[in-house]
Amino acid sequence: MTQSTAAAVSLERTTVAFRLAGGRTYTAVETADLAVADGEFVAIVGPTGCGKSTLLNVAAGLLKPAAGSVRIFGQPLAGLNREAGYLFQADALFPWKTALENVAIGLVVAGTPAAEAAVKAQQWLTSVGLGAFGNRYPHMLSGGQRKRVGLAQVLIRNPRIILMDEPFGPLDAQTRQIMGNLLLDLWNADRKAVLFVTHDLEEAIALADRVVIMSAGPASRIIGDWRVTLPRPRDIFEVRMKHEFHELHREIWQTLKAEVEKTYKQAEAV
Amino acid sequence: MSRLGLLALQLLVAIVAIALWQFFATVPVFGRILLPPFFFSNPVDVFSQVVKWFSTGAIWKHLAITLWESILAFAIGSLGGVLVGFWFARKPLVAAVFDPYVKMANALPRVVLAPIFTLWLGLGIWSKVALGVTLVFFIVFFNVYQGVKEVSTVVRDNARMLGMSERQLMRHVYWPSALSWMFSSLHTSVGFAVVGAVVGEYLGSAAGLGYLIQQAEGVFDVAGVFAGMFVLSAFVILIDICVTLVERRLLVWRPDAADGR
Repeated sequence: MTQSTAAAVSLERTTVAFRLAGGRTYTAVETADLAVADGEFVAIVGPTGCGKSTLLNVAAGLLKPAAGSVRIFGQPLAGLNREAGYLFQADALFPWKTALENVAIGLVVAGTPAAEAAVKAQQWLTSVGLGAFGNRYPHMLSGGQRKRVGLAQVLIRNPRIILMDEPFGPLDAQTRQIMGNLLLDLWNADRKAVLFVTHDLEEAIALADRVVIMSAGPASRIIGDWRVTLPRPRDIFEVRMKHEFHELHREIWQTLKAEVEKTYKQAEAV
Repeated sequence: MSRLGLLALQLLVAIVAIALWQFFATVPVFGRILLPPFFFSNPVDVFSQVVKWFSTGAIWKHLAITLWESILAFAIGSLGGVLVGFWFARKPLVAAVFDPYVKMANALPRVVLAPIFTLWLGLGIWSKVALGVTLVFFIVFFNVYQGVKEVSTVVRDNARMLGMSERQLMRHVYWPSALSWMFSSLHTSVGFAVVGAVVGEYLGSAAGLGYLIQQAEGVFDVAGVFAGMFVLSAFVILIDICVTLVERRLLVWRPDAADGR
């Protein structure tokens, strides 16, 4: 494989394990193979606790795999993944900074002059629909608005890879759809590689080029990989009405359902 | 209840309490005065003592001394607490080694140190400042230590993914978090700075509010003791108002501080 065609993110036989109290180890993810091409939008779907987020943390370089290798654009990953922007599930904004300062910080720490960073941050706030909210502190914004700020905070650094960990999980259904469309609009402008973790299969199909299914944990594996051929640009509201969407949903759900049931059985057995 | 109504009721409590005090201290009930003037004085005497202090200007010197001691104790104690708190939080080994000694020093009732400080630093302001510092230091230290330790892992991971170096993490994440914890204890630490100053003065000094009260007590001047207490309370309330103003300015980003506006 040459440099130019190397996958943006490539996990090869990656196993992630944690050491538990008492010397035992817990294997979260076992021998996962996953490649995200440059410009590709990949969604990972799996039942609760299947290690989806763990895999994302490995791709971000926040977590070291116990075995296997991680390559970013062909280069083995050592330390943090400098090519990636990470939108976290939980609130990760700095509460002591205003929305504008939160968005600008990624440029400021990279050495951009403060005035220039502020101008760019204001442009990004406008493009996520929060142009008039720059001087608000995070606690003065709603959950959806905070996610928008988070999105701008990540995208302003122009990362080549975007990692998202159930970013719209805590939001209500309507807000999720609006955020999904916003994300697709922004992504369409300059298609980056996206790795998007969610437990919502519909969201995954509506957003992604590829949907990857993980089995129930522990030691969960990648058990399915579907290509979504719905035309782009998409609208999340409309795409759900399409016949192809329903066909794909039914097909993937057959596989996912078994895993979800397994997770519930395990929970009952405990 | 309207603000005005509430204020009226609050005033009423003071008026009733003072009126009862004045009544039982001057009017015999069943042939006996229930609050003998020697032990309880009376509001009129106390008030005229306060007025006398302010009209002759004698009080200003004492107020200034106590204020100056409190400010110094607060500043030095806070600075030390911030530095050591930061250091311990970033170096777990250092924290673990010193842990028992920190606990021991904090468990000690600081009043017993006052004679030692007087011995070391004399009767001037520095022995009082030292006492205040020992009180302020631990409050600030524990808060800063917590503040640095309790930065959420998500916020820290986010900062690292946004490309912050270890130094930038300090400046943009740990430092603001530690400061917010320190400011949340501002009322307590400022209050303890005043306590340190007044107790130190009371135990041995030549000036200050504590000295004034101690002198009045020495000559059984109960009116003087009460007058000193009232001036002290008013002094502490004024400082507390200033602290509240500073706090609102500094913690605008915090939900509870902003709602209080």
